[in-house]
Amino acid sequence: MLEIKDLHAAVDGKEILTGLTLSIGPGEIHAIMGPNGSGKSTLSYVLAGRDGYEVTGGEVLLHGESLLEMTPEERAAAGVFLALQYPVEIPGVTNMSFLKHALNGVRVQRGEEELDAAAFLKLVREKTKTLGISDDMLKRAVNVGFSGGEKKRNEILQMSVLEPSLAVLDETDSGLDIDALKVVAEGVNALRGPARSMLVITHYQRLLDYIVPDFVHVLAGGRIVESGDKNLAKELEAKGYAEFVPEAA
Amino acid sequence: MAIDIQTIDQVEDVGRYKYGFETEIEMETAPKGLDESTVRFISAKKNEPEWMLEWRLKAYRYWLTMEEPTWAKVDYPKIDFQDSYYYAAPKSDADRPESLDDVDPKLLETYKKLGIPLEEQKVLAGVAVDAVFDSVSVATTYKAQLEEQGIIFCAISEALQKCPEIVQQYIGSIVPFTDNFYAALNAAVFSDGSFVYIPKGVRCPLELSTYFRINARETGQFERTLIVVEDDSYVSYLEGCTAPQRDEHQLHAAVVELVALDNAEIKYSTVQNWYPGDENGKGGIYNFVTKRGACRGVNSKISWTQVETGSAITWKYPSCILQGDNSVGEFYSVAITNNAQQADTGTKMIHLGKNTTSRIIAKGISAGRSQSTYRGLVRMGPKADNARNYTQCDSLLIGDKCGAHTVPYIEDKNRTAQVEHEATTSKISDDQLFYCRQRGIGEEDAVALIVNGFCRDVLQELPMEFALEAQQLVGISLEGSVG
Repeated sequence: MLEIKDLHAAVDGKEILTGLTLSIGPGEIHAIMGPNGSGKSTLSYVLAGRDGYEVTGGEVLLHGESLLEMTPEERAAAGVFLALQYPVEIPGVTNMSFLKHALNGVRVQRGEEELDAAAFLKLVREKTKTLGISDDMLKRAVNVGFSGGEKKRNEILQMSVLEPSLAVLDETDSGLDIDALKVVAEGVNALRGPARSMLVITHYQRLLDYIVPDFVHVLAGGRIVESGDKNLAKELEAKGYAEFVPEAA
Repeated sequence: MAIDIQTIDQVEDVGRYKYGFETEIEMETAPKGLDESTVRFISAKKNEPEWMLEWRLKAYRYWLTMEEPTWAKVDYPKIDFQDSYYYAAPKSDADRPESLDDVDPKLLETYKKLGIPLEEQKVLAGVAVDAVFDSVSVATTYKAQLEEQGIIFCAISEALQKCPEIVQQYIGSIVPFTDNFYAALNAAVFSDGSFVYIPKGVRCPLELSTYFRINARETGQFERTLIVVEDDSYVSYLEGCTAPQRDEHQLHAAVVELVALDNAEIKYSTVQNWYPGDENGKGGIYNFVTKRGACRGVNSKISWTQVETGSAITWKYPSCILQGDNSVGEFYSVAITNNAQQADTGTKMIHLGKNTTSRIIAKGISAGRSQSTYRGLVRMGPKADNARNYTQCDSLLIGDKCGAHTVPYIEDKNRTAQVEHEATTSKISDDQLFYCRQRGIGEEDAVALIVNGFCRDVLQELPMEFALEAQQLVGISLEGSVG
């Protein structure tokens, strides 16, 4: 489903990803763990196509199609969703309005009809109900005055409305207490499905207690240095990264 | 041969007729330039009462002694006031485009984006209106409904015939011709404009719009509007429209006067979208406007809401004179400048009465190489006990070649008065743009969405239908400002 082959990427002329190769099948959840500065966030931004992240080599295919030539909005339409570590505030724009623009933006790019207000409202109500999110959150401006947990739940709500085939979760656990973490993880688990692959990027193992991955990879020095099943995460937690990344001690 | 001669005679006849016809057209247009005879010509054309002519002449003579103001932060070549026509009769249908096929496709494209119905597009583009088109009958229906309640809503030239005493009582009493250079010029040569009178105890049942005023299609470059609302009455007035308006006159110097008596309320909403010129501002309209409302009565209220997106240069300060005790003045403004546009706009809140309150929310958005200035005055007079003002000025910059400036003036002569001023300047951040695009929203839509969010406090003050169109307009005005 997602094929990353020998990916090299630079920020401000400095190479951060140095030949990353990763293959994710349909419905699989892969976790990427690694020390600070190993290139975790760079990977997520490169996949989403953010300006300033220059790909210097390799390729990325989603459903056999190359992502790298696409704009960020085209990637969104192709099925890429990035849940941000720090979701952005947009004052004056209600969550409802933002979601509607996003969904219709994606639909129009796919050559589908825009949803009208009534159909959209129905859809969003279903999603909020499933995720246990109050309608009050829809009326508030995007992420403005939201607690850390609310922001992350809002990301999950957006994901459920956009129904991506590849969801990248960038340090979704950061800034959350254990109760908020559980709630967010429940939301993510509710969105697991055979047609949706996930790439969970995290610094700590504890998130993986709640979102159980099929595979775990260790990212260090801009490439994957070790891969395994969920037990690898536990091993990392116990031993630290030093064993896998001698220079990172 | 006889037939030949007959033909020649006929041709000559046609020629003579044609010549005569042209002369007749000449008669409908005052000669280029401005002197006392131009003022007399305009007044005579409108069949105005003697006092009106005298007032115009006084204004003209006063104007001659004045200098063009230069304090605004706008830059334009000197205007030659003699190189202009000051009166032209409305265009005949023959001069208009015959159908939408004859109209600039770019203009039509914008109408489409704004979702303007086909029949309305014709009116806006100045297409000759055929008898089938029913806007006139719609307007007539409205008029009957208004007349039932004693409301007068007509052209100011018509009001000078119908109810000259009301016009005489109020015209120039809020914006005297001595007020400023352009107000003096307007008083001397104003071509036409709107007049609204709401009698005591009437809540006007409709949003009054210039759009539905019969014969309002060619108001010309010097428009004059007067709105008088008697005790315990209310009116909401809409000026302009979201569709881009072109005009052959480059200089527009309008005057708007509002009077609210005891417990009266006036809500005045403007969407200004005059032609801004090309990317370098060439050919755009200069919009130099004086708008002022007087809250003369106790508990009266005047609320200005404006969305300014057009014109090459905007120079405009809708103001409130809060004379009546407990009167309220409000100013909600969105000013968008793109490319080479310049806007110097704001308000004046003059607190004279006790317990008067005013609220100013001004949002400036600058893109391209444009310059946007908020200039506002809050004055607390010595008798304005417990008066309060709250001002909030927010500027949003798009790109790194534009400018935003805030120039607040505060004059406080009363110890019990309170004045609050908040100002912010921000940019659309890369984070915000990326966030929107990652969710599938294209770059230009993302800018429009973010800017609409920024303007929300102001846009929600507009009447419903107007607000929706204004939202679309915000996006269209900023097209091409990123990337």
